[in-house]
Amino acid sequence: MAGSNPNAKPMNLTLKVWRQKNRVSEGGIVDYKVKDISPDMSFLEMLDVLNEDLLRQGQEPVAFDHDCREGICGSCNLFINGRAHGPEQGTTTCQLHMRKFSDGDTITIEPWRAAAFPINKDLSVDRSAFDRIIQAGGYVSINTGGTPDANEIPIPKDIADRAFEAATCIGCGACVAACKNASAMLFVSAKVSQLALLPQGHVERKTRVENMVAQMDLEGFGACTNIGSCAAECPVGISLENIAILNQEFLSAKATSNNLA
Amino acid sequence: MSWISKTLTSSIGRKIVMATTGLFLCSFLVVHLLINLQLLRHDGGASFNFWAEFMGTNPVIRFMEIVLMLGFAVHIYQGLALAYHNKKARGAQGYVVNHSEQNSQWSSRNMALLGTLLLIFLIIHLMNFWVRSRFDAFGGLAMVKVPNMDHPVGDLYSVAAASFKIPWYVALYAVAQIALGYHLWHGFRSGFQTLGLKHPKYTPAVYYTGYAFSVVISVLFALVPIVMFFDDQYQPRPATGQTVEQSLTEEPAVLR
Amino acid sequence: MVLDSKLPEGPIAEKWEKHKFNVKLVNPSNKRKYDIIVVGTGLAGASAAASLAELGYNVKAFTYHDSPRRAHSIAAQGGINAAKNYQNDGDSIYRLFYDTVKGGDYRSREANVYRLAQVSVNIIDQCVAQGVPFAREYGGLLANRSFGGAQVSRTFYARGQTGQQLLLGAYSALSRQVAYGKVKLYTRSEMLDLVTVDGQARGIITRNLLTGEIEQHAAHAVVLATGGYGNVFFLSTNAMYCNATAAWRAHKKGAYFANPCFTQIHPTCIPVSGDYQSKLTLMSESLRNDGRVWVPATKETAERLRKGEIDVNDIQEDDRDYFLERKYPAFGNLVPRDVASRNAKQMCDEGKGVGSTGLAVYLDFADVIKRTSAEAVSQKYGNLFDMYAKITGENPYERPMRIYPAVHYTMGGLWVDYNLQTTVKGLYATGECNFSDHGANRLGASALMQGLADGYFVIPYTIGDYLASTPPKPVTTEDPAFAEATAAVQARVQQMMSINGTRTPDDFHKKLGNLMWEYCGMSRNAEGLRFAKQEIAKLRQEFWSDLKLAGTETEMNQALEKAGRVADFLELGELMVDDALDRNESCGGHFREEYQTPEGEALRNDDDYAYVAAWEYMGDNQPEKLNKEELTFENVKLTQRSYK
Repeated sequence: MAGSNPNAKPMNLTLKVWRQKNRVSEGGIVDYKVKDISPDMSFLEMLDVLNEDLLRQGQEPVAFDHDCREGICGSCNLFINGRAHGPEQGTTTCQLHMRKFSDGDTITIEPWRAAAFPINKDLSVDRSAFDRIIQAGGYVSINTGGTPDANEIPIPKDIADRAFEAATCIGCGACVAACKNASAMLFVSAKVSQLALLPQGHVERKTRVENMVAQMDLEGFGACTNIGSCAAECPVGISLENIAILNQEFLSAKATSNNLA
Repeated sequence: MSWISKTLTSSIGRKIVMATTGLFLCSFLVVHLLINLQLLRHDGGASFNFWAEFMGTNPVIRFMEIVLMLGFAVHIYQGLALAYHNKKARGAQGYVVNHSEQNSQWSSRNMALLGTLLLIFLIIHLMNFWVRSRFDAFGGLAMVKVPNMDHPVGDLYSVAAASFKIPWYVALYAVAQIALGYHLWHGFRSGFQTLGLKHPKYTPAVYYTGYAFSVVISVLFALVPIVMFFDDQYQPRPATGQTVEQSLTEEPAVLR
Repeated sequence: MVLDSKLPEGPIAEKWEKHKFNVKLVNPSNKRKYDIIVVGTGLAGASAAASLAELGYNVKAFTYHDSPRRAHSIAAQGGINAAKNYQNDGDSIYRLFYDTVKGGDYRSREANVYRLAQVSVNIIDQCVAQGVPFAREYGGLLANRSFGGAQVSRTFYARGQTGQQLLLGAYSALSRQVAYGKVKLYTRSEMLDLVTVDGQARGIITRNLLTGEIEQHAAHAVVLATGGYGNVFFLSTNAMYCNATAAWRAHKKGAYFANPCFTQIHPTCIPVSGDYQSKLTLMSESLRNDGRVWVPATKETAERLRKGEIDVNDIQEDDRDYFLERKYPAFGNLVPRDVASRNAKQMCDEGKGVGSTGLAVYLDFADVIKRTSAEAVSQKYGNLFDMYAKITGENPYERPMRIYPAVHYTMGGLWVDYNLQTTVKGLYATGECNFSDHGANRLGASALMQGLADGYFVIPYTIGDYLASTPPKPVTTEDPAFAEATAAVQARVQQMMSINGTRTPDDFHKKLGNLMWEYCGMSRNAEGLRFAKQEIAKLRQEFWSDLKLAGTETEMNQALEKAGRVADFLELGELMVDDALDRNESCGGHFREEYQTPEGEALRNDDDYAYVAAWEYMGDNQPEKLNKEELTFENVKLTQRSYK
């Protein structure tokens, strides 16, 4: 148990970590031992311990992305023992704690794998494809200033709540990592349905979904086959319902928009 | 590219094609099963042969047969294309350790595999029944009289009865129906999801209907050959004189 | 140099309107001839970059993250204040202004705060129009909650993720401008120096964090929106990458650094569990509405508890000290952040702390669970209880939570005038990066408000005033100043790579953090500060002689990135100590033990210290020069706070 429990036994672990010098070089699994890991450590703090050890020995630390360590920024992205963000449901890598593991465990740590997420180095991948998808239409085209009063358009609470649920996506990419098809549909659908649900998003509803899906395909993500791994591994619980909404939006946009291209 | 082809080749478009063809094929399965169940009537195949003749001659059905063919072709082609694209999207290097069984159902992840198994089965099945009933060059059928019909009809019943006395053939059918069951287990509800038909009120019903549908369809399909295998009542008419085994291996003897 | 805050004339309510009329404008067809660099893509940076691009300027936006959406604004939980008065409870622009100045313990600039309160209402309109899903009532209108330091409900929120929703709104506006080609986005690019030509900001030097390449970028103006420097303390609620490098580099190029000692400590954070701890997690202040704070009444009991000889639930009522209720009968557990924090520290210093480290106090919900039910408590605080359980592995429904204060915001920052311009012409600072609006203490739900106010509604007007006086001819990186700055950056990187000592960047950072926390943290005294100053200087020397790095500088090298940030923290830390030493009073987040009332409360000295301390860099290893901007209060009456 936590800091209050002085009897928490430190653990010794074997780590199998994917190391890869850069985008073009070959990578492979390298074994490391870490000792005296407290069960109260977060998973990333355990990696900090490894990295400090490596650095002191003059070896290159393992590169991985992380920042807020509160589960909200979406930076951390490790594939741990065959699961996106590790074994605990609804948890980002940074919120995963070592008490979920046992002394003597072997832990395999890999980067997200998808053609659209090339590896930068070791466990760090390039997720800029997500940014480009948002740039393709994940916004309401209004400039600063000149907006109507915030209470001008009442929005039913359940609609606002559903839009919020969709909007909580942290853009970590676990959906792509977990999906057999490396599909980004859960990510795309979260934004599309957020803005499709809200009246502010209605004006550009058709072009938005057309452009975002086109960009998603262009980036080389796979197609959704409704497996459901994405939602199961999503650390913030984005629901598959959003993908259904995306499909609907796409179908009706394609059928009715004036876009002939 | 026109907007139509662009739509149909987009990731969601492909899925929509899969969903519509898939759900259409489900409706075909129901019709096929109903006719198959006629085999189990103790009427020496009269009902079955009657409906077989109907299906083979009715102009509407004949037209739908073409639609069905197209449905199959598109479903198969699109399925393979999807599998190829999705494999590519995954990237060259796979995970060293992957426990996807902890986040999804086996059937959902293996639709392409199941589909391929079904395709192999489909080819064998068509060769034995459909091709032979349509093209005399591939076996043809003996002619029998059935009630309510003023002319003799092809005796497809005997082909079935003969076929289902062959252990490996029955086993193949049973195994194929397991694959079908799993394919439908995912495919039915997946079709609705792809078409965007999701609602907290109705989606649970869609799920349960899908699960029930896949179990009922596959079990009943499998039951027909198994019952016919074990029950001596179901025998091919001697007039046909040719077993399926022969028909698969020997030149067909034309009997009229 | 005399600090000119460029405050407009006239009554406070008219200053901003008048100023907007008086500032020079850039004509629309000329706007596209100006390039603006915006560093940082959090609330302040993304909103500024998007708004400036919408006006027609060419914007280059920089972030060291892989995406603008990762900025730490995303982690803000509580909400954003705005004087909408939707609740009909007597709120007004003036009241928000008043509360903010008072909450800041009268060390902020009245005119800036008033403007902040004025534009707060526009922010909410803007965000709703962007599709930010704020919480709503059943009637479909926006919901509000109340927050510390205010008697009205003016806080707009999106569950416990308001920062995330606002940042994603600003990020979407930014993304739209990227798509239009008006913003060029540079991700994984860290600003390592500011380039000035003839005293004007003309560009920045960055390091590409993937390739290690040192790059030059020129522009007509530079906006820094690079956040706060709470990570000087090593442990804080800031994100791991949060750093002061951009602001500090600008400081060394002539931008004054204001009130660096003003740091805010938040009382309800999850305590440190061991030396490996990398950061601290905040839990909403609202927990103190129902939780009771206590420690064991005696050192001995506390010690047995820490050793695991007894269990917390074995401690009888008589052996517990509900110290906030005991010392502050009127406010009890609801005393302000600084008071609650200081008292918790005091208990731990006396040896009564709990947890294996002894650096925690209990926040107990047993009473409220008994009074109502576990379900009722779960409905109110469920997500916080879950978060606590995830991090600590303990069930807060059965055992009291352990909490401890942690650094989470820095009110100090680059000195800016009313236009948000620093003392370097053409260099602007927005959001937490500047010092302007929160005085010595920030009220809850005001950080989001300020970041967005600066970015959406202030900088778009004020930057034009400067640009209009700058010729619209292209700026390039050909000026020798760029080559010089690049060479300096390269030399510094090389130097760090070549020390080849024995200690890691984190090692130095932890040492610095301990010093700062111990001597320049929740409470400070002259003796401790003087000691810390010496120790920091020593540590800095050790850093430059014993640093250990690996790999090369021409690739992704996170240890090298960290080393550069720590090097700057080691300089900034000393300035914070200097500032704390200079300020012989207690105010807001700055508590000097020598200056307290007989009851142990903060004792402000308005006669001698009602000024902004703006520090001027005088060269390496030279003491910095203190410049004072006297604060005048024409609208708010200065009073002493009391919570007895």
